[in-house]
Amino acid sequence: MSEPLADKGLAAVAPSLRLPSAWHLLPWALALLFYFTAGGYLSLGTHVLIMILFALSLDLALGQAGIITLGHAALFGFGAYAAGIFAAHLSNDPLLGLAVATVLTGLFGALVGMLILHTAGVTLMMLTLAISALLAEIANQAHGLTGGDDGLQVGRMAPLFGLFRFDLWGHTAYLYVLAVLFLWSLVAWRIMRSPFGRSLDGIRQNPRRMRAIGTPVWRRLVVAYGLSAAMAGTAGALEAQTTRAVGLGALSVLASGTVLVMLILGGTRRYYGAFLGASVYVVVQNFAAQIDPFRWMFIIGILLMAVVLFLENGLMGLADVVRRALLAVQRRSGG
Amino acid sequence: MITAMADTALSVRGLCKSFGALSVAQAINIDLLRGARVGLIGPNGAGKTTLVNLLTGTLPADASSILLNGNAIGGLTPEARVRRGLARTHQINTLLNETTVRDNVAIAIAERDGIAWRFLRFRRCWRTCLDEAQERLNELGIGHAAERTVAELPYGEQRMLEIAIALALRPSVLLLDEPAAGVPSREAHVIHDALDRLSSDIAVLMIEHDMDLVFRFAREIVVLVQGRVLTRGAPAEIAADPQVRAVYLGRSAA
Repeated sequence: MSEPLADKGLAAVAPSLRLPSAWHLLPWALALLFYFTAGGYLSLGTHVLIMILFALSLDLALGQAGIITLGHAALFGFGAYAAGIFAAHLSNDPLLGLAVATVLTGLFGALVGMLILHTAGVTLMMLTLAISALLAEIANQAHGLTGGDDGLQVGRMAPLFGLFRFDLWGHTAYLYVLAVLFLWSLVAWRIMRSPFGRSLDGIRQNPRRMRAIGTPVWRRLVVAYGLSAAMAGTAGALEAQTTRAVGLGALSVLASGTVLVMLILGGTRRYYGAFLGASVYVVVQNFAAQIDPFRWMFIIGILLMAVVLFLENGLMGLADVVRRALLAVQRRSGG
Repeated sequence: MITAMADTALSVRGLCKSFGALSVAQAINIDLLRGARVGLIGPNGAGKTTLVNLLTGTLPADASSILLNGNAIGGLTPEARVRRGLARTHQINTLLNETTVRDNVAIAIAERDGIAWRFLRFRRCWRTCLDEAQERLNELGIGHAAERTVAELPYGEQRMLEIAIALALRPSVLLLDEPAAGVPSREAHVIHDALDRLSSDIAVLMIEHDMDLVFRFAREIVVLVQGRVLTRGAPAEIAADPQVRAVYLGRSAA
């Protein structure tokens, strides 16, 4: 009795979890296929992978825990500067730099979370915005450390594990980022299905209910925000290490808005929403900018409007429509 | 009433709260013995729900001494009081509407057992939570709805789910805030029956407007008027008390 019961319980959290398990290999197979066929687009692919990680971290905070944030780029930028400064002054070992940036950003996120997560709604939104503005100004002023307006140049990373050099074509960088994304996405997947993740989802839906069953809401949100920050910090660090530069733009409100658009485009709380949204956004942006470098924002804007107006839950909602249609066909032919 | 400490589940002394000049709780004393069935009645605005909020800590009291199983809980957060065994239901359904009925209960069980922090090695204990949740739902007669989301559930069954979640926490004291509120009287008997079957280990304080339910359920009734305990006693005494009739029952008795 307990076996099928538990499985049904899991599937009930989000309909997307009902995919047969082999389908979960598809995004990774595509990512590897891209590696062999990308040619000159490989570094664009690396950027997509980094943005997926960033969007996934936002989905943990915003989608899962309901932490409304307009300043998620503060965490991405924090990780980017941490990795950049670490590489410039201490060591250019990529894994060490990545670990340090991840841990520091996670701690920073938890600390910020302690200050702001007793608030909610518009107040919280304003606080996240204010913190990202503060951080951007600090980065701007601390010219000696961050390069301020000129940006921070990051030297070439040491070979990965001392073996794989970061080549000019970005082969190593792509696989490095892919592997890190894979590890984080396993963590995110676990979090989503765990009792911890379910309690976050409960807090998003109804904090009063959660308090009434004894959930320490604030503490749990701080942990969630810290985890989300660590993930965003990793994304920022990867960006710094692979592009070998960090600019103030990484911390900007525009960057926070961009990742929000990616997530909503793909679909919040759907796991693959972050994957789909970030991929589509970067690819559309890239090709639209090639066609018309001045008006590509139009295309993104129209795409976003179409998605939020006509699809229930981003592009993942489109996947639902297709699946429902397939099921209907199956039923008709079967019955 | 002097009783051994061991048998007192909840002891409240001198509970006070005012909003400016408006006093909503004035030196309220309440004792709940183990297995108590106390009904709290009073006209609208008497401060009944406020009293529940003060006991749970959702609303901070101005002054009070609250002992739960002999331990002072007055300084604890609402969450900590719940973990010590003080559970409540809400007058207005407060549920996770997008989540399934079974998961609503299982999440509470996970919280009770302290596994809600886990995001590693949770598979087995979560399964145990789901199985226990199903049992709780079966006991209250809503096991058939376990896999539906709360939003799809009829209102009366949502009221039952409120009770199921509170019971899943294995409380020693249960505060029921109008458990049958909004349920048509021909369906309310299902809730009445469930309340009759509550374990005799649990001390229950029930707020209710439905006099049939209160007089059937409670063995002691406390009458609250303008934040003050007007009188208390056995249901028969309360029903016969002219003072109570005047302020409260008067309207329906007339």
